[in-house]
This record gives sequence, C-alpha cells and structure tokens, in this order.
Amino acid sequence: MMRRVAVTGIGVIAAPGDTRDKFWGSLREGHGSIRPMTLVRGLRFPNAAEVADYRPTHYLDPKEADMLDRFTQFALIAAREAAADSGIALTGERTAVVTGTSAGGKTCEDREFQSLYAENTGRVHPLTIPRTMANAATSRIALEYGITGPAYTVSTACASATHAIGQAFWMVRHGQVDAAIAGGSEAPFSLGFLKAWEAMRIIAPDTCRPFSRDRKGLILGEGAAMLILEPLERAVARGARIWGEVAGFGMSSDAHHLTQPLASGAALAMRAALQDAKVTPQAIGYINAHGTGTLANDVTEAQAIRDVFGARAEQLPVSSTKSMHGHALGAAGALEAAATLMALHDGILPPTANFTEADPACALDVIPNVARSMAVEWALSNSFAFGGLNAVLVFRKA
Amino acid sequence: MSPESIDDTLIGRVAAVIAKTQHLPAENITIDKTFAELDFDSLDGMNILFAVESEFGISIPDEQAPHIKSVRQMVDGIQKLLAEKTAS
Repeated sequence: MMRRVAVTGIGVIAAPGDTRDKFWGSLREGHGSIRPMTLVRGLRFPNAAEVADYRPTHYLDPKEADMLDRFTQFALIAAREAAADSGIALTGERTAVVTGTSAGGKTCEDREFQSLYAENTGRVHPLTIPRTMANAATSRIALEYGITGPAYTVSTACASATHAIGQAFWMVRHGQVDAAIAGGSEAPFSLGFLKAWEAMRIIAPDTCRPFSRDRKGLILGEGAAMLILEPLERAVARGARIWGEVAGFGMSSDAHHLTQPLASGAALAMRAALQDAKVTPQAIGYINAHGTGTLANDVTEAQAIRDVFGARAEQLPVSSTKSMHGHALGAAGALEAAATLMALHDGILPPTANFTEADPACALDVIPNVARSMAVEWALSNSFAFGGLNAVLVFRKA
Repeated sequence: MSPESIDDTLIGRVAAVIAKTQHLPAENITIDKTFAELDFDSLDGMNILFAVESEFGISIPDEQAPHIKSVRQMVDGIQKLLAEKTAS
C-alpha cells in the first residue's frame, strides 16, 4: 500500500513569531529576528535568534510548564497549534509521534549542573532526568493526545527534524499509521552549550548571511515546529485544509568527516528524495537550503545542487530561511519544512535575508532579501548535519 | 617575521602543545611545517588553538583563527598576542 500524504496542520514557535502565521508573516516580508542575545552572557558572539520575551506560563499551565525543559515546552506549544489547525482526532494506536532534537534538555541540565558544580549544593532536582531526556517532547505530546502508536525521537544534529518528518511520512504512506505528528524542537541557549559552539569558531560575530561572499558563520536559533500528516484521501474526504503533500524523503551519510561536509553525500540524499517522490530534478521549482552561512556548508551545498540539477542550478530559486530564524539545530528542518509548505501554499518564496554580495563559489539564485511571488509545484528542503548525516524532503503543492 | 627573531623556547612550547594534542612526536613539529603537511584538518586546528590558548593564557580572536595554517603562523600569532598582553 502506497498512500499520498497530506500536511493538514502546522504549528510553529520560533524567533520570527510564536505562531505559524506570525512566523510565516515575518519570513515572507524578509524580516529577520537575529538580535542581541538576552538569555546568556559572556560569549564572544553577541547575537542570536531567540523567541523574544518568552514566558512559559503565557502558553502553558504553570505546573505543566514547570515539569518541562524549554525545548519540550516549545514542542508542546507547536504541537497544540498544529493539532488545532488540522482538526484531526490524534489518538490511539494508529497515530505516530516522531520528534527531532539535537541537544535535548540543555537548559535544565545547565541550571542543575551549575547548582552542583558551582554552588556545591550536592544535589540536583528530581525532575532532571525526565526534563533533560531527548525523548521528553515525544513523550509529552503522546500523553497530551493519548497516542499509543509508534513514538520515538531522532537525534541527528542539524538534520534531526527532517529525519523525524521523513520517518513519520513513510509510516503514514505505507499504512503503518493513519496519522502522525512530526517535527523538531530545540532550546540551545545555555552557557555550557554555547561555550562549546563558541570554541568551534563557526558562529558569526554579526549576522547570518547565507551564500554571501562576506558570510562569517551561523547564528543560533531556537524554537519548534510540528506538522500533522495524514493520508491525502482522508484529508480530502473530511474537507481539511491541506497545506501541501510530503512527497518524498531521502537520506545519506557522508562517511567522511565529523564536521566537514561532503558535496557527494548531500547530492546522494537529494537524489534519493527525488527518486522516492518519483519526480525528476527538472520538476523542482524551489529549494529551501540547509544554508547555514558557514564558509564550508554553503559552498558544499552549492556544489551538491549543481551536481544534482546541472546547468539549471543557477536558475533554480534557492533560499536559506536560517538568515531569518537562525539555526535552530534539531528544530531547523521542521521550521524549514513549515516555511516550504507555506511557500508552496501561498505561491511566495521566502528570501535569503542579510544578503550583500554574491559569492562565485555559491552561484545560485538565492532570492536575495526580498520574497518572490512564484507558483511552484514541487520543492526540496535540505538538512545536512554535523557527523555527515543528510536528510532531504520533497514537498508538493496541494 | 624572520626566523631569527622567533624565540626558540616559544617554538618548543608550541611544538610540545601541538604534539600533545595530535599524539605526534614533538620532533615532527618544526617551524616550517604547514598544518596541511602535518595532515591536520579544521577540527585538529581548533583543537590546537584551544590547547594553545590554555598554555599561554591568551585568547585567539575568531577572525584570526582561519588564517593560522602553519606552525610559523601559529608561533607568530602567539608572539604578537603575548606582546599585546605584556603591553596592556
């Protein structure tokens, strides 16, 4: 059994907006949300894409909020918006939950380890394990809706959410479940974790300028996005709003280096996704790039796109929305899937913000700074993780 | 900077730090070797910078880091940062 799979719900909380509509409204206007960091001080890089003035109790019951690390709070907020948007009954053993996160509950872990190591309290909070476990978001969402089917968490660094959505898509497509909630969440703003990023020397001192000649690195972001997936036929039958279809999923491993990306690995994942969707490269009208803004990623990704799309690569619209929502690591693929689906739905391709000057090594049509009205039927969303793990989704306009 | 003006003790300390982080004999780390010749990649480079910062109590700015691609460039950079530290 091979079923077409529709996305009938999208929920988002991230720096550009704490709802789907606010998030997409910022992206289509090309408005960035990279600002001076408020959550952590004492770093060499001053800027980040934080969810501004986030107060958990604005969204969640105080006791409920207290049980959850920030990354799980984000996941639950996005899940509730997606479920309400879809209107589907998410329950029972025929529904799956698959979420991605790179770091898990770092916010809580950092606070508790600070009390242990620096304040010599000799103890940590009894909820530290359930708050910090990487599967906390999946488990909390399953509890919320009484989902008793397949439920698990994928951690493949910056590709986590894309792997999660791809796995959920395959389960719905092949009839293992009749609905799925899938996406990713991340809350990386804690001192210990950010110091580790600082030491890697790949965070930009100013802003994120993917594919620009003067790009200086990535900017970290946070948040979550969740999608509701169900068979297209059922979605049509119940008259649901359909944002688009998930049409293909491909993955690969570079088996090359822990941090240096490899163009052939990225190209392999894009080809696998196209093959899975049974669509030719010629049909693709937009790519939401991984586009981190690091020297290495952007040039390698451009090479991989040229490899897969040939001479057409330079005319194919490609943008990196990380220029606006930052790099939300394990949530990135979900934020970008949401952006890609809304781009197809509205016929508006979001831009690469903060773009200054073309880099001949990244010769692509990057939709510089201003969104483009363009009806597109098929799009790719790329995610390439540290560790050389690549995941690519194909989306189709409804 | 000419080789004569470089402090031999400094070279020795830098070579020792590089040798330790990369699990290589210190005699392999000579002033004229590039990181490419020593088969160091970008991750090795960051590892070395971190160890060197600890050894000398300095902070190597992010914008300078990508330009350090040889033992000589590393020694020159440290010498400059140590001079600035003394002056300040």
